[in-house]
Amino acid sequence: MKVETALTRGEQLFPVRRVLQADGTLLEPLPDFLSHDVLKDVYRKMVFLRVYDQRCLNLQRQGRMGTFAPFSGQEASQVGSAYLLRPDRDWIFPTYRDHGAMHVMGVPLVNILRYFMGDEQGSRAPEGVNAFPISIPIATQLLHAVGAAWAGKLRGEDTVAVGYAGDGGTSPGDFHEALNFASVFNVGAIFFIQNNRYAISTPISRQFKAPTIAQRALAYDIAGVRVDGQDVLAVLTVMHEAIERARSGGGPTLIESVTFRYGPHTTSDDPKRYRAQEELEEWQAKDPIERLRRYLAAQGNWSDSDDEALWSAAREQVAAAVAEAEAMPRPSVDELFDYLYAEPTPNLLRQKEELKAYLARKEGGARG
Amino acid sequence: MAKLTLIQAINDALRVAMRQDSSVVLLGEDIGINGGVFRATDKLIDEFGPDRVIDCPLAESGFMGAAIGMAVNGLKPVVEVQFDGFLAPAHEQVANHLSRIRHRSRGRFTCPMVVRVPSWGGIKALEHHSESIENWYLNIPGLKMVAPSNPYDAKGLLLAAIEDPDPVLFMEPKRLYRAFRAEVPEGHYTVPLGQAAVVREGSDMTVLTYGVHVHTALEAAEQAAAQHGWQAEVIDLRSLNPLDLDTIIGSVKKTGRAVVVSEAPRTGGFHSELIALINDHALEYLEAPVARVSGFDVPMPYLLSEDLYIPDAGRVLDAMQAVRTY
Repeated sequence: MKVETALTRGEQLFPVRRVLQADGTLLEPLPDFLSHDVLKDVYRKMVFLRVYDQRCLNLQRQGRMGTFAPFSGQEASQVGSAYLLRPDRDWIFPTYRDHGAMHVMGVPLVNILRYFMGDEQGSRAPEGVNAFPISIPIATQLLHAVGAAWAGKLRGEDTVAVGYAGDGGTSPGDFHEALNFASVFNVGAIFFIQNNRYAISTPISRQFKAPTIAQRALAYDIAGVRVDGQDVLAVLTVMHEAIERARSGGGPTLIESVTFRYGPHTTSDDPKRYRAQEELEEWQAKDPIERLRRYLAAQGNWSDSDDEALWSAAREQVAAAVAEAEAMPRPSVDELFDYLYAEPTPNLLRQKEELKAYLARKEGGARG
Repeated sequence: MAKLTLIQAINDALRVAMRQDSSVVLLGEDIGINGGVFRATDKLIDEFGPDRVIDCPLAESGFMGAAIGMAVNGLKPVVEVQFDGFLAPAHEQVANHLSRIRHRSRGRFTCPMVVRVPSWGGIKALEHHSESIENWYLNIPGLKMVAPSNPYDAKGLLLAAIEDPDPVLFMEPKRLYRAFRAEVPEGHYTVPLGQAAVVREGSDMTVLTYGVHVHTALEAAEQAAAQHGWQAEVIDLRSLNPLDLDTIIGSVKKTGRAVVVSEAPRTGGFHSELIALINDHALEYLEAPVARVSGFDVPMPYLLSEDLYIPDAGRVLDAMQAVRTY
């Protein structure tokens, strides 16, 4: 006998929030903060993200980059989740698939390229940009978001901290501990979960039985919302609400962005092994970039030539960033040892000298 | 000067740190009105309130991860893990994040916080309450590791750890919490990390140890003097990382014989690293192979067998005999 619970109806309790339909028409009037200038800027950022994401896939195939985690298809989540934050006062705690959000927050593309090329300098966000380095261990960073928001609250600041995870990221204990801590201490954390339906190959039916991720908010007595992750205007709208809630002391929000990644989990897997082509095509028909383009074009604000110029400019900017990243030297031996502690320990200094002496004998000290 | 127990000295250090720096916050389980299961935070909530003495849900990964986020955003958390074995649930946060944040971000973000862990056995506790965690973390670069053996050092090292710009794993010998009193200055002072203390001078052999077994070694040294006339030099390492290699190697070169003592399981432990360092830096000075006294490669036994596992003065004396009569 199937046990019916209140949450078996999670999809009714947490309907998908949508503002813009796939054909580019609005379901509801836009709020004031989504001006035409903002929409164009949001569109420009999504295009830039798509261009660089695709470029990185190529760079990896050419052996010019290490393992890369693409987000193409998830640009609305990437841009919409970070766009309304204050880079110097709010925080983001991203996963390996949230470098788009990091870029929106203010991390230069060159940093992101250097990260995936294997240089820790890429994880060094500029001063005034509170974008934490990519966290690879699943769901762990959600707790860091709780702590960062909590620290702000204890100082009387209206800090908002966004922790990112995917659908697979709702399974480890840290996800639940983060929601519980945020709830108990009522901190201004936003848990932005991109449900792209697959954790590498594992479908969401093997991650959880509940029909939605958002409904887990009920158990922690916090706000929860499900949003169309292919609709950047909807993502911006729910983020706007969550940020207001956090800043006004209303506590955390769990956001489930229903989305899809077009590409592999990373460049080391082949999604054809675990996903049907039809499923991909179904989601590509709901493309977040094309959707906003249709809206802008219908408003008479965006011509085909505007669009071509934008994509072309994005490709040029990305090419310039790639050239800059590839021209950078490999990390020095000093960097390997000097950042572990504020002051290197005697032990580390000995090991550094040992490596330098070896390199001097081996290659004339070329990397000293 | 007041005579305090080690746990009172810890409490005093926390109070001094919190009065001095409003960014110091405490997180843990039962640390508020209960004052911690060992009373390390006794009455601190009365002075500093529940926003700074924070009783957390019973989830070590949760408060370790949240404390990391706090530290990154400007606070100085001091986390109490109730017992050594319960650091395991927070291991991912410690190993994958706490220790790496400065390095990973090339200095852009830092994590100045202290993880206090009542450590080792000898109090006849239940399982998982008597672990030697130093070996779990020895192979995780980025963590400083401190182990006081007396009330004066406990206060001074804890204040130094709280003021340190990097994460410190602060292992407290729970067996010594109330074992004896010693003079502890009022107010602020520090004992610098990375400096060992020669707690007994001698010329016949060097005994290297830390935490509770400084006292085991001193007891054995007195017996060796009384029974054989051997004068052992006992070094309290105090800080495992950074390690005071100069003091260690200087003493071994002087005595030509060394015994290492720790309670952790034998294989792959900090004692093994000490022997390797002596091998690297003072092999030609040795008159005998370095002897080690340690726990055994078995789980920490339940209380009825605890004494079989934990090194005592007799085992240290045997090791002294081995290096002296080689």
